[in-house]
Amino acid sequence: MPAVSKGDGMRGLAVFISDIRNCKSKEAEIKRINKELANIRSKFKGDKALDGYSKKKYVCKLLFIFLLGHDIDFGHMEAVNLLSSNKYTEKQIGYLFISVLVNSNSELIRLINNAIKNDLSSRNPTFMCLALHCIANVGSREMAEAFAGEIPRILVAGDTMDSVKQSAALCLLRLYKTSPDLVLMGEWTSRVVHLLNDQHMGVVTAAISLITCLSQKNPDEFKTCVSLAVSRLSRIVSSASTDLQDYTYYFVPAPWLSCKLLRLLQCYPPPEDGAVKGRLVECLETILNKAQEPPKSKKVQHSNAKNAILFEAISLIIHYDSEPNLLVRACNQLGQFLQHRETNLRYLALESMCTLASSEFSHEAVKTHIETVINALKTERDVSVRQRAADLLYAMCDRSNAKQIVAEMLSYLETADYSIREEMVLKVAILAEKYAVDYSWYVDTILNLIRIAGDYVSEEVWYRVIQIVINRDDVQGYAAKTVFEALQAPACHENMVKVGGYILGEFGNLIAGDPRSSPLVQFNLLHSKFHLCSVPTRALLLSAYIKFINLFPETKSTIQEVLRSDSQIRNSDVELQQRAVEYLKLSSIASTDVLATVLEEMPPFPERESSILAKLKKKKGPGAVSVNELEEGKREGGELNGGGERGGDSSSTPSPSADLLGLRAGPPVTAAAPSAGSLLVDVFSEAGVNDDVPFLAVPACLFVCKNNGVLFENQLLQIGIKSEYRQNLGRMYLFYGNKTSVQFVTFTTTLNVQAKPVEPLIEGGAQVQQVINIECLTDFSDAPLLNIKFRYGGALQNLTLKLPVTINKFFQPTEMASHDFFQRWKQLSLPQQEAQKIFKANHAMDTEVLKAKLLGLGMALLENVDPNPENFVCAGVIQTKAQQVGSLLRLEPNAQAQMYRLTVRSSKDTVSKRLCELLAEQF
Amino acid sequence: MICENWIRFILIQNRAGKTRLAKWYMQFDDDEKQKLIEEVHAVVTVRDAKHTNFVEVFICGLTCYTLFPLQFRNFKIIYRRYAGLYFCICVDVTDNNLAYLEAIHNFVEVLNEYFHNVCELDLVFNFYKVYTVVDEMFLAGEIRETSQTKVLKQLLMLQSLE
Repeated sequence: MPAVSKGDGMRGLAVFISDIRNCKSKEAEIKRINKELANIRSKFKGDKALDGYSKKKYVCKLLFIFLLGHDIDFGHMEAVNLLSSNKYTEKQIGYLFISVLVNSNSELIRLINNAIKNDLSSRNPTFMCLALHCIANVGSREMAEAFAGEIPRILVAGDTMDSVKQSAALCLLRLYKTSPDLVLMGEWTSRVVHLLNDQHMGVVTAAISLITCLSQKNPDEFKTCVSLAVSRLSRIVSSASTDLQDYTYYFVPAPWLSCKLLRLLQCYPPPEDGAVKGRLVECLETILNKAQEPPKSKKVQHSNAKNAILFEAISLIIHYDSEPNLLVRACNQLGQFLQHRETNLRYLALESMCTLASSEFSHEAVKTHIETVINALKTERDVSVRQRAADLLYAMCDRSNAKQIVAEMLSYLETADYSIREEMVLKVAILAEKYAVDYSWYVDTILNLIRIAGDYVSEEVWYRVIQIVINRDDVQGYAAKTVFEALQAPACHENMVKVGGYILGEFGNLIAGDPRSSPLVQFNLLHSKFHLCSVPTRALLLSAYIKFINLFPETKSTIQEVLRSDSQIRNSDVELQQRAVEYLKLSSIASTDVLATVLEEMPPFPERESSILAKLKKKKGPGAVSVNELEEGKREGGELNGGGERGGDSSSTPSPSADLLGLRAGPPVTAAAPSAGSLLVDVFSEAGVNDDVPFLAVPACLFVCKNNGVLFENQLLQIGIKSEYRQNLGRMYLFYGNKTSVQFVTFTTTLNVQAKPVEPLIEGGAQVQQVINIECLTDFSDAPLLNIKFRYGGALQNLTLKLPVTINKFFQPTEMASHDFFQRWKQLSLPQQEAQKIFKANHAMDTEVLKAKLLGLGMALLENVDPNPENFVCAGVIQTKAQQVGSLLRLEPNAQAQMYRLTVRSSKDTVSKRLCELLAEQF
Repeated sequence: MICENWIRFILIQNRAGKTRLAKWYMQFDDDEKQKLIEEVHAVVTVRDAKHTNFVEVFICGLTCYTLFPLQFRNFKIIYRRYAGLYFCICVDVTDNNLAYLEAIHNFVEVLNEYFHNVCELDLVFNFYKVYTVVDEMFLAGEIRETSQTKVLKQLLMLQSLE
């Protein structure tokens, strides 16, 4: 094989590159580049026509300069000229320049497309490939318009060279990804699928990527690919290591093609045809068997290639989740990897086992590896491996091993990396709650969490322990005793003081009989922490003190004295001062009965989703948590609330104002930003009211079926909204209008996702605009929150709005005939795929209005599908980055009863549920 | 979901952070590319032999990207070090790690054969040829050809053309 010498063929280029490399400073480099640019410019402008070689050389130099990070604003025309050269090397440089410096100049695009067109029809395979690679690299819409019709023809033509077919398949894939509407496979479908049978393995390798993508979008049209893929896979798997010659990599036959075949099969359910299924199971068994055979080479390339196939096969086995035997074998194989000397394999085994843990068939098998996984958590050097071990422990946790796993995670927390502590804390909190059989263990665990990683224990976690203690009277005494002991530590975390203050304020009486924890001792203990705490904690402690006055009349004078002291009653913080004044007054004028009523023990909290789970969901960001995990958590999370178990107490109607921490579900839409005010015990009507600017927020549900309008308005500010969506992307324009004549300064907005900053200043009467780009990663229920802060006059204004981004915004309408609709409807017949609601009409049942709303929803409204003309049916596909979710909807109005029945079916249960919720508010 | 599994970019960088090849299969603007190049370098160069060859990262949307470790992962960088050069491939987080790790090695073996004991300077002086090698083996973010024999034969043929 001849080696390529330095810059052969273009001496001038090599000299220039050497010069640049010899530059001692950035300045010298820039000087040299400017000199070269001037030289090239003069050559291009000169009277003498340049020959192809010189043109190529200069264009190549320009490209090199660009790749160094400098702007290039000329030379495009010369590059385009090179495209029509008959010499490969000149053409290649021309195409490379175009591919790297894509230019949207329409004049040039026309010329480029012309050159590509010529090359595509040249019948010269080298030129055809260059042209196809250029299309694949640029992939612009103009190119799709020009060539999407031609490329399928090239791909399936009998006389096309193999290498051209490879390029054509991937070129088409690129165009399909950028402009799916322009790539129509229709008549070509079957011939494209049959490329899986092509003799040339390279053609199969390229074509299978195209087929995989297309069959994702049109599974029915492409389903014949399943049996073809199985037989191809079977031939590869059963071949000897030398059979495939060029495609054998370190004694492994066609590893990449095998992986791609296994991945294609993951687009489909297990084959229905028994023979195909049998053949596939045989392949999977062979792959598992091969993992046990002695390696044919000691090289890591051999084992990597072999294991790449193995892991892909295991993914398929998990995807099917129907072959207990294979699942358990997969688990055993991964178990061996857990102790492998290669870090990569240990990491991948932990990752893969995490998904196996959620299958009922392999959960028990996964559990047998608990000791190894715990050991990994303790000893792995790479934090991402430890993280995987923690994830796996979380996934394999159940009642039988919860205590051990929680204990190990707690001890890991003491030394865990900062980057993963918060998530670890949440996981421990969830497991403790989910698997608590005795609640003293739960309380101990959470208090340990606060002790070990107090800074990472978010509000949600300690709110939750309080909710549970309040709802379970069998644990209250133990909780009081435990927090009392924990508070004895000379330095305890502020979160511990919060929990301690709250619990002693409610249940201190349960331990007051012991002289070591008499009321006064309790009070002094709490008060000894007071001065080290932040304002919100102090505010909470003041509330605990007033509760003490009710619980233990003997502490009244001591506490009144504390409240009366200047540091309280004249505290510079308004919140603390107000509490001190009001509590002092309350304690001196109210009768014991009034006091007892006002300061009554907290009623149990209503059953609702664990605040911790909600937090974990937020924390993980879209797409990161498996839905299973959350759903499971949710189901089990409910058990602990046990609202009804407290007997008589629970019937008392809790007034929302008695909720010390604001733990109850907030108003359903657009709540004001939580401020310190929400921590206040609202015993007086004038106290504790949110002193935010009064505002009128338009409920986000009004935007489900429309994209534009006024989102929010008060005396100061109007926020208008305009949004547009395409596939899984959206763009939202927010218009902030200042309705006053005074400027708003330090105007900032923060989003719990990322946004471009907005102008910090809005003049009186003026409007500024903010653009938010949205990408839907996976399906979601919670809208992003937008927090807006600014100063008007001297006063800080703060408000939080829900952005009206709902899952239906990412619908692509799907037109289909009656027959197809009902066939798909039948296919989505799993109980969890359907969500149904029967509800009363909120608006007049006007057909035209209903139609407009359904169209606004983003689905296709299908006419003549439902046999009953009164009913409405719609179909659409939700485009998220993670996947596409096909959804069907049927709305049956009953004019007599003024009711609707709404049924949504989609391939993902959470989507059906969410759509149903969203829509039930609309009609 | 599987349709989303394609290579987002291929980077070759040296230890000092100089880029020797950057091939993008996803739209980024120039500033974003520069930022990504820097962050990949920062993430990859701190790792040693005890670490895996995979780093999960977070890259967001069309306009913003950030690399975070762990919990926000949506992409991963699969990388391998050869002397002073890091070869990095960025793929979707659900993609097959080992297949891409070996795809890198396969690519490096082709470069080694083509340039006859490839070294960093070969990539600098022949940058425009490296693109040709990439396009033979990877196209539109997918693996196009895996046979070293076939790729080298094709490269040899192109080399003989004027």
